[in-house]
Amino acid sequence: MVQHSIIKSCCKSVVVIATLLLLITEGYSAEPSPVEKKTSIQPAKNITIKDYPGDLGTSLIIEWELSEDDQNDPKKSFVIAYEVYRKTEKTEYKFLSQVTYQKNFYRDQECEPDKKYWYQVIAIGKNNLQSIPLESLNPGIPILQWFDSRRGWIGILMLFSCSLVVYFIWIARKGKKLKIRKIAGLDAVEEAVGRATEMGSSCLFVPGILDVNDIQTIAGITILSHVAEVTAEYETDMIVPTCRSLVMTMAREAVETAYLSAGKPDAYNEDDIYYLTDEQFGYVAGIQGTMVRDKPAACFYMGAFYAESLLLAETGNSIGAIQIAGTAMPSQLPFFVAACDYTLIGEELFAASAYLSGEPDQLGSLKGQDYGKLLCAALIIIGCTFATLSSLANHYQWGTGMESSFSSIQTYVSENILGEKGFRP
Amino acid sequence: MKRTVPLIICSLTGFILIISWFLPAAESWGEKVTHWFDIVAAFAFVLGGANLLKIHLQKISNRRIGWGYSAVTLTAFLVTLLAGLFKINVNPSMNYPAYSWSGNYLDEGGLLWWIYEYLFVPLSATLFAMLAFYITSAAFRAFRAKNIEASILLFTAFLILLGRTYAGSLITSGLPDSLAFLRFENLTIIIMSVFNLAGSRAITIGIALGVVTTSLKLLLAVDRSYLGSD
Repeated sequence: MVQHSIIKSCCKSVVVIATLLLLITEGYSAEPSPVEKKTSIQPAKNITIKDYPGDLGTSLIIEWELSEDDQNDPKKSFVIAYEVYRKTEKTEYKFLSQVTYQKNFYRDQECEPDKKYWYQVIAIGKNNLQSIPLESLNPGIPILQWFDSRRGWIGILMLFSCSLVVYFIWIARKGKKLKIRKIAGLDAVEEAVGRATEMGSSCLFVPGILDVNDIQTIAGITILSHVAEVTAEYETDMIVPTCRSLVMTMAREAVETAYLSAGKPDAYNEDDIYYLTDEQFGYVAGIQGTMVRDKPAACFYMGAFYAESLLLAETGNSIGAIQIAGTAMPSQLPFFVAACDYTLIGEELFAASAYLSGEPDQLGSLKGQDYGKLLCAALIIIGCTFATLSSLANHYQWGTGMESSFSSIQTYVSENILGEKGFRP
Repeated sequence: MKRTVPLIICSLTGFILIISWFLPAAESWGEKVTHWFDIVAAFAFVLGGANLLKIHLQKISNRRIGWGYSAVTLTAFLVTLLAGLFKINVNPSMNYPAYSWSGNYLDEGGLLWWIYEYLFVPLSATLFAMLAFYITSAAFRAFRAKNIEASILLFTAFLILLGRTYAGSLITSGLPDSLAFLRFENLTIIIMSVFNLAGSRAITIGIALGVVTTSLKLLLAVDRSYLGSD
């Protein structure tokens, strides 16, 4: 009997505790989360409208300060997006677009030049909460710009480099002898073709994997033209597998003319210049097959290359061919340097045509290019000097005026001359 | 005439593209010119296909070395072409379920999709994967300490290798904070962001100037060798 009453009281206390726990839990879960508690959200602040620089007067940039309820952490942020509305003198506000939280600008690209536009930004919160609209008091007017001022400095630097090139071409035409340094890779072209001739083998020329709209391919074709003249003189076969049919057509023209100018038009066989495939690795597989079967004694890789650079150069190395490569792809240069006998590094690829032809016009352009490099070096030295002076002035507290002038010069060089600001303040 | 017309087209196109880069009002001219290139390139596809057929058929008919590969190439080319042209095994579009050819030729389930997914992609990936072995053999040759320069190269490569692996971090983890810069991972950062970057930027500047000069030579027709010299 006593046992029964103990069990009964135990059961009662368990029920009471469970009820209490349930109440506490319910109470806890019924507590609204901070987000749910919110009944209104703060609007964005200080809207500004700017004309988008360097366009046809079809874009405006709308900027605002983020709402106070817009937090970087998505769990804490009450604002989830901003809605942008636009009106003109004739129409009322119409919805334009929605931008995500933490983003404080929108580019309206559907404007007309010299027309007035007003904008409204509404912060959108969780549970469909909306802030009070933030309206622009002054209208934005897109302006047609005849010159893209952001590219002003690029234009000046380009004009300067081009003037140097034209000037030195003119100097060369007047008969002045210009000294050009030796490029070992280009001097070796004749040696490579000669070796192929001695071995009774062919030469292989790969003009890269990009189309004729890439300047490296054009540079490759100009080198092909000179190599073809040498192969024509030596009466050695040259195989040119191409990755693009336009490159094939252009290469055929260049090689045919080279054979003609070498006085060996009959030796030219257009089937030696053929199209393989546009696909990168299919092209590589095709060339590798040709290399392994025909075993060319000299391989030239001139143009734009990606991952296939090492695949080709290593296969060429395995068949014992003399290899000369040239590319302006900085990431592929180490592979060519490691696997080829000679490598034309970057600018040497572009200098090759002038170097091989020896024409005064072209040699003059090389000289102009060198002076362009001098200009770049001067700009680098100026930038470094002002960066160092600014840092020293800051460290030794030479005076705020001096420090700020050094740093503003440095900023102007990096952001305006070399950066994207151009002539814009 | 054969040379003059292409040279005029080249110069005109080049100058239009330069002008459109600086003048917003001429932006659409530049776009038009690039469309011309797309049109020419589209026609060139036919040229490429015809050349492929000619070369490989010649090889097969002459029984030249490796003619079997040409047969494989032609078979693959024709099967893929027909699979795409005739939309073999392509499911009809939802809008026109009655027409068996209404689906997109690239849709999942079609023969062309199957060829791409189960033949082309694995073959490309296989060839790309072989790069690892080629890198090893090239590195083995390049890093032989034959002279001072090659020894420096070997030493630097070794440092980078250690800095990019957990073993390297572990070896130098005992160094005090005052010598933290000597830890392999930090040395790697210094080498990559100072020495390597400086060298690579110098090459990039040279390339940029080379591009400007070559472009100018082409636009002014100073260099005509890409069309065959006169």
